[in-house]
Amino acid sequence: MSDLRDLYQEVIFDHNRHPRNFGPLTDANRHADGFNPLCGDRLTLNLRVKDGVIQDARFEGSGCAISTASASLMTEALKGKTEAEAAVLFDGFHHMVMGEPTTVDLGKLAVLAGVSEFPARVKCASLAWHTLNAALKNEADPVSTE
Amino acid sequence: MFDVAALRSQFPILQREVHGRPLVYLDNAATSQKPRSVIEAERHYYEALNANIHRGVHTLSQEATDAFEAARDKVRDFLKARRREEIIFTRGATEAINLVAHSWGRSQLKPGDEILVSEMEHHANIVPWQLLCEATGAVLKVIPIDERGALVPGAVESMINARTRLVGITQVSNALGTINPVARIIRLAHAVGAVVLVDGAQAVPHLATDVTALDCDFYVFSGHKLYGPTGIGVLYGKQALLEKMPPYQGGGDMISQVTFKKTTYNDLPYKFEAGTPHIAGVVGLGAAIDFVQSVGLEAIAAHEDRLLAHATQLAEGFEGLKIIGTVPGKASILSFVLKGVHPHDIGTILDNEGVAIRTGHHCAMPVMDHFGVPATARASFALYNTTAEVDALFGALRRVEELFLK
Repeated sequence: MSDLRDLYQEVIFDHNRHPRNFGPLTDANRHADGFNPLCGDRLTLNLRVKDGVIQDARFEGSGCAISTASASLMTEALKGKTEAEAAVLFDGFHHMVMGEPTTVDLGKLAVLAGVSEFPARVKCASLAWHTLNAALKNEADPVSTE
Repeated sequence: MFDVAALRSQFPILQREVHGRPLVYLDNAATSQKPRSVIEAERHYYEALNANIHRGVHTLSQEATDAFEAARDKVRDFLKARRREEIIFTRGATEAINLVAHSWGRSQLKPGDEILVSEMEHHANIVPWQLLCEATGAVLKVIPIDERGALVPGAVESMINARTRLVGITQVSNALGTINPVARIIRLAHAVGAVVLVDGAQAVPHLATDVTALDCDFYVFSGHKLYGPTGIGVLYGKQALLEKMPPYQGGGDMISQVTFKKTTYNDLPYKFEAGTPHIAGVVGLGAAIDFVQSVGLEAIAAHEDRLLAHATQLAEGFEGLKIIGTVPGKASILSFVLKGVHPHDIGTILDNEGVAIRTGHHCAMPVMDHFGVPATARASFALYNTTAEVDALFGALRRVEELFLK
């Protein structure tokens, strides 16, 4: 039996109740919208990227605890990373939530590893990351997890 | 005496456990579980009767045809339709609506004609009409709903006009439980010469249906919400309308004669049943109707009303819980949100307690927009549910509270 506590760790509740980097980013130069039609989660991600480095990352929207915490943790992890480093994190995170081995050091993001035991919730955890991918490519259409 | 225990024993799946706890299945508005008689009817069909229908002279083909057509008679009786020719088998309510939109709609509508639907429709009763409007230049109008989840009083009267050609209305809302005054809407529509399609997908498991008394032009439902198999549904249409409508799909069974010069179509209902149908599903649907009629829809509705009343009482005493859809006399659906917890998180935690509910937009995104929520949690009750299961739902919601709101 999958333990709920593996999914809902204290860090996740904390980031759900008090999301970091939540709100608009006025001088953003990268932007993307994400949507998970399964649960109605909507996410707007704004980045300020200079010389290939993510200087700031903020998000807005509404979602479940998993998607909110994931977005909050992601924005924390992204600051100061190069676009290439962000892509490595994306890969590592994706492997982790799919329950696949990864050599990438995910730091605090590892609290979301429990998601792999709850397949219905993988999309919640990955919404922010797919939106990040779109923002770095500056895709015009909202990304969808479907 | 309504014997829930005896009824439950007829549903094999209710014996199983989920995450080490007895399954509490409260997602009946999405699909209901199947009694042994339905499962056995499909098994018997494949083990003893299987053959293609309306074709061979051999014994199996004749027996399969008889079983298939006997189910059509059961559906006719169940809906109180006048004639068996008015009963068309489809893959489900969705395909039935698409059939009408495509066949009736494209042959009848012109630019500026109006189609009226309500804000509480399932996407299946919105999107086919949007496609039809794109194809014909007709205009889709939406009857608004109020804060209780009822049609805004007077809105139907003010919106039906000489340009209205079709009204598509759900009899029971899948997201809210609201029961709509379809008989009155049908009278208003007929007064201006419009036809009415009633989406009965949520209604047939709860309310006795009489399409002749209702005088609706089209009525659709799915077998799987009525304790029957998935992949089978019904379109009822008035014979005079169906006869004028062009075929929806071409293929076998729907033809009378085919040459490369000209093809003539088969009579009703076969004109709309191209290809080998879901014969086992039709047979299973017949068994489901037998099952429902043996229990009795009045007794079923009374039982479900008791469950809903109990659930509503517990919900009203649950701090932070808001019921979405509060029209008196609604069907057995309890849609709700819990302050501070997203419905998707509620769904995961309840599942861990063995309680299956639906969380999400219920294929009714306009309803979610109306109430300003991204999603709701929805418990929906069926004839085999018990008061103890309702208590288990609220016990599991206490667990959500412990985890999230402590």
